[in-house]
Amino acid sequence: MLRQIEGSRAVAEAVALSRPEVICAYPISPQTHIVEGLGELVKTGALSPCEFVNVESEFAAMSVAIGASAAGARAYTATASQGLLFMAEAVYNASGLGLPIVMTVANRAIGAPINIWNDHSDSMSQRDCGWIQLFAAHNQEALDLHIQAFKLAEELSMPVMVCMDGFILTHAYERVDMPTQEQVDAFLPPYVPRQVLDPAEPVSIGAMVGPEAFMEVRYLAHARQTLALERIPQIAAEFAERFGRHTGGLVRGYHLDDAETVVVALGSVIGTLRDTVEALRQDGLKLGVLGIQSFRPFPLAAVRDALQGARRVVVLEKSFSVGLGGVVSTDVRLALSGLPLHGYTVVAGLGGRAITQASLAQMLREAVADRLPPLSFLDLDQRMVERQLAREAAHRRSGPVAENLLRDVGTMASRVR
Amino acid sequence: MLQVRIHGRGGQGVVTATEMLSVAAFWQGRHAQAFPSFGSERTGAPVVAFCRIDDREIRLREPILAPDVLIVQDPTLLHQVDVFQGLQPEGYVLINSRRSFDALGVGELARRFRHERLTTVPATEIALRHLGRPLPNTALLGGFAALSGLIALDAVAHAIRDKFSGAVAEANIAAAAEAHDFVRQELEELHRAQAD
Repeated sequence: MLRQIEGSRAVAEAVALSRPEVICAYPISPQTHIVEGLGELVKTGALSPCEFVNVESEFAAMSVAIGASAAGARAYTATASQGLLFMAEAVYNASGLGLPIVMTVANRAIGAPINIWNDHSDSMSQRDCGWIQLFAAHNQEALDLHIQAFKLAEELSMPVMVCMDGFILTHAYERVDMPTQEQVDAFLPPYVPRQVLDPAEPVSIGAMVGPEAFMEVRYLAHARQTLALERIPQIAAEFAERFGRHTGGLVRGYHLDDAETVVVALGSVIGTLRDTVEALRQDGLKLGVLGIQSFRPFPLAAVRDALQGARRVVVLEKSFSVGLGGVVSTDVRLALSGLPLHGYTVVAGLGGRAITQASLAQMLREAVADRLPPLSFLDLDQRMVERQLAREAAHRRSGPVAENLLRDVGTMASRVR
Repeated sequence: MLQVRIHGRGGQGVVTATEMLSVAAFWQGRHAQAFPSFGSERTGAPVVAFCRIDDREIRLREPILAPDVLIVQDPTLLHQVDVFQGLQPEGYVLINSRRSFDALGVGELARRFRHERLTTVPATEIALRHLGRPLPNTALLGGFAALSGLIALDAVAHAIRDKFSGAVAEANIAAAAEAHDFVRQELEELHRAQAD
């Protein structure tokens, strides 16, 4: 049924339709509305016998999810930013143990400086943790990916992170098509665990493994992620057949057929990029967009296949590896090994800085002319940076950077008349 | 595409107003996208929220920089925040006040735009009468329906019932209807004055 609802509500209802048995979460912006919605749904008894466990921290949230999943329950949690960092040790344990937990990450920057706004630093910090990471471009995709995620996680017995842009998607009201319980039940079978803590058939889960078998356990996790590269598009195709819309999958291209310059991106900025690219194509610029839905496993072959006809590739990313540059770019470059392509990394939208069509259009015109530096920062205020560098050069005790910059810009962002 | 920007203060239901506007547009069969300015809003602090309405899927995710419609829930913001920033030449402006644009100190600014698309409505007074609380958002949506004709009053009522229930919903619908009548009368008086 078509409905006009908040992204968080759409995700909460999609998770509810997936019949979770244990939900445990600790509130953190911008994830809060999702777990509040689920809390309300559990309280009505509609999800019975689902239990909502209030926990004292994110570390406890993931620990409860691990315990619940090991006991054979379909387990769900959600977090963001510092919350994801706080649960990091348990995040690695969930994947190391092969437990099919589904977690929403409402993408948000990581401090310091503390910042509640959107970028992809949080999920990127966990890109090597062994979880599958899927990125939603819009709220319909966020909704659909959660239903697909439970199926994928449980088939492969590995956890899945569904990443959606905090505020931009979680707090946006837009049209979504909410499936019925019957549709979801037909798509997503009940959870049959590969391993379970069952008093009737006792096993232990979580043995210490020494050098004799550790590498093999890790390799098997990689082998399962490689298998996911096949299953993700198959599950997306099955979803499309049942629900009538194409969401998820590994990558999705727009105007790639004749594109000389392709912009690669993850998440909600794909929408703004598509509008920008379509406007620039009116001026004869042969631009295309490649959206990556599956960041882990990283679809090397699909990315190479989509980009090999292009002359240049711009990776636009909301993540940043300090001291190197792009995070997504590094993986895209690996996919393009040996191809004669110009590659550019554009870091954009950190800490919630708006990514506008005007700035994207200007950047893309520079890219098409091969005038972009290998690494650039969209709408970086160079004067602000130079002022601080001058301050540091002039005084040893130049003071805290964040406070200095805030003083420079003034605390009110809006212009006062 | 129609782009609406609502300015107000934390606690006045600015974000809720854009959400209800999107629900009203959806109810009329249109695509709509509502989103806040993503701040850590505090009671009394300036707040901005946005709504886009179109006949096709809305993919754009940038903040609304050049609005077609400006709704100001708190007139004290007029001299604190550049609310008119980017307003389209053909744009609509609705300000929550009993006073005129001149009396509010923005007369000169207002004369750059089409005067029949700019008006004020005492939404807080109307809200106090119906709700007993100074929450002007639903009254302003009713006023906007009358000012622009871009959204129907019954769609606004539907959106209010989507967000609230029972007596609260009905009181908000009554506030929206009264503001709608108020603005309609203002516009009729303007037409008569022009005819004379």
